[in-house]
Amino acid sequence: MFLSGCCLTALALLFCSPVLILLSGSLTGRYELRQMLKPVLEDDLYSADEVMGQDTALWKTVPQYPTGEHYQKLLFFTPQFFTVFWNSVKLTVLIIGGQLLIAVPAAWALAVCRFRLRRALFILYVILMLMPFQVTMLSQYLALNRLSLINTHWAVIFPAVFSTFPVFLIYRGFASLPEELLEAARVDGAGEFRIFWHVGLPLGMPGILSAVVLGFLESWNLIEQPLAFLENKQLWPLSLYLPEIGLGQAGTAFAASVITLIPSGLVFWLGQDYLEQGIISSALKG
Amino acid sequence: MREKQRKKGRSVKKPVSLPAWTGFMVPSLLGVTVFVLFPFADVVCRSFSSALGGRFTGLSNFQTVLCNQAFWLAVKNTVCFTAVCLPILIGTGLLIAVGLGRMKYARLLKPLFLFPMAMPAATVVLIWHLVFARLGLLNGLADGLFARLPAVVSEALGLKGGPVRIAYMDTTLSFWVLVCSYVWKNLGYTIVLWMAGIAGIPASVTEAARIDGAGERQVFRYVILPNLKSSLYTITVLSLLNSFKVFREAYLVAGAYPQENIYLLQHLFNNWFVNMELDKMAAGAVLAAAALLVLILGLPGLLEE
Repeated sequence: MFLSGCCLTALALLFCSPVLILLSGSLTGRYELRQMLKPVLEDDLYSADEVMGQDTALWKTVPQYPTGEHYQKLLFFTPQFFTVFWNSVKLTVLIIGGQLLIAVPAAWALAVCRFRLRRALFILYVILMLMPFQVTMLSQYLALNRLSLINTHWAVIFPAVFSTFPVFLIYRGFASLPEELLEAARVDGAGEFRIFWHVGLPLGMPGILSAVVLGFLESWNLIEQPLAFLENKQLWPLSLYLPEIGLGQAGTAFAASVITLIPSGLVFWLGQDYLEQGIISSALKG
Repeated sequence: MREKQRKKGRSVKKPVSLPAWTGFMVPSLLGVTVFVLFPFADVVCRSFSSALGGRFTGLSNFQTVLCNQAFWLAVKNTVCFTAVCLPILIGTGLLIAVGLGRMKYARLLKPLFLFPMAMPAATVVLIWHLVFARLGLLNGLADGLFARLPAVVSEALGLKGGPVRIAYMDTTLSFWVLVCSYVWKNLGYTIVLWMAGIAGIPASVTEAARIDGAGERQVFRYVILPNLKSSLYTITVLSLLNSFKVFREAYLVAGAYPQENIYLLQHLFNNWFVNMELDKMAAGAVLAAAALLVLILGLPGLLEE
């Protein structure tokens, strides 16, 4: 029992160790970093025989002379970083806002209203939710091209806003509301919209928040969509710009990674319970 | 039924012609139609015609795709990857969920397992380069480990004593690096789902088994496991879907043409897209959608509410 506890703790710490590497790397001075990373940076220069005689990189967890120089450089002397950071913020905010505007009412309709096409629409939405991006990439491209949205942020925003995944998540929350409650509201003379606004929204809030948390982690991390639909690098989000920095400017790259990580870490920390709830309700009933 | 009648009754009283659900549903449905349904119908049409001129060409696009070597390589890799990853992920997840369930501090550890989910793929890339290079941290660690092994053991293992200098990303091991990163990223929610499944089993059931004299192991094998079937099912579907997302890490680390063993269908689609090979893409998308559709409709209960 004690042993398995230790193993699990060790494993959990191992899972989070990348964050420690990023953090300590971002606080390590330029020269110290270069010393530490030299083997990895010069990796390509050595032939298969030569490499045998070389030492590997070694990681010092605590920097000898901690410094904030990389953050300073990134935040004050790298205008491009600001551009991509705000691109990411803009995309994330608009996507989540749009998703809420579109998905919450749709989920309400699917969960509460009884109409003939309901079952068919539900099946359609689940199927669409399960299709990976690569399958819908071409059709999205054709639609966006026709609307001449390619190479604008809207090319990333619109398809994400109409994603059916949040509908499904929020649907789960609404579907668990007791029928009698809505019936009571109707008997009291509330219109459909008032019931939605005053009964559905407050009670379905946990489901909505879990959609926000999962939506944030997803849209802060967009890779495929901007890669396919945004040619202009000025429009790229942080998640696509970051890998361009590379280990050559390790300090900057580490600092940029940490800054990228902060918002999602924050959302993760604040929304942990909703995240768990979202994961559980994203589960399909078997 | 009762509801339908009630609604009909009301629509007689009020002269409103549209039922309430349309107001809620239409914005979403409109978007889905414009951005998904219509264009996908277009793609289906294109898959049967030539990209230039749009002549009807029958199945020739499908033939091109199915005769493409890269396509089969990608299919093979994707299937292999899924077949290897899912059992590892699901098994480890269950093991850890059971372990955590017995621990006092599970609430503290669970977030640590979930956290990789919040780590943007882009930040992972740096770590990969650092850890898996020939002169990277992993080889350094292996060096240190092997140097400490007694000579007898290292001889038995067939180690030659020289330093370990494996270029993980340029060999078949890249496949396993990808597997590890997938498990690392997805283990958290698997654990959460397993724990939710286990928590959903009524305590009275396990209690009854214990009173009847079943040991911990028997309770797990004969009471808990059979009750987790539906959890297993949903975890499998979710993990399958998320397995498509390893493309992010693979692409960001190794680019559009990575080592042969991790060239996935996602790479292929992406490369077709970059080269604007529209007829191949159309046929490929239709094939992939059809395969997934068969899978979705074929799995019982997937569309239950």
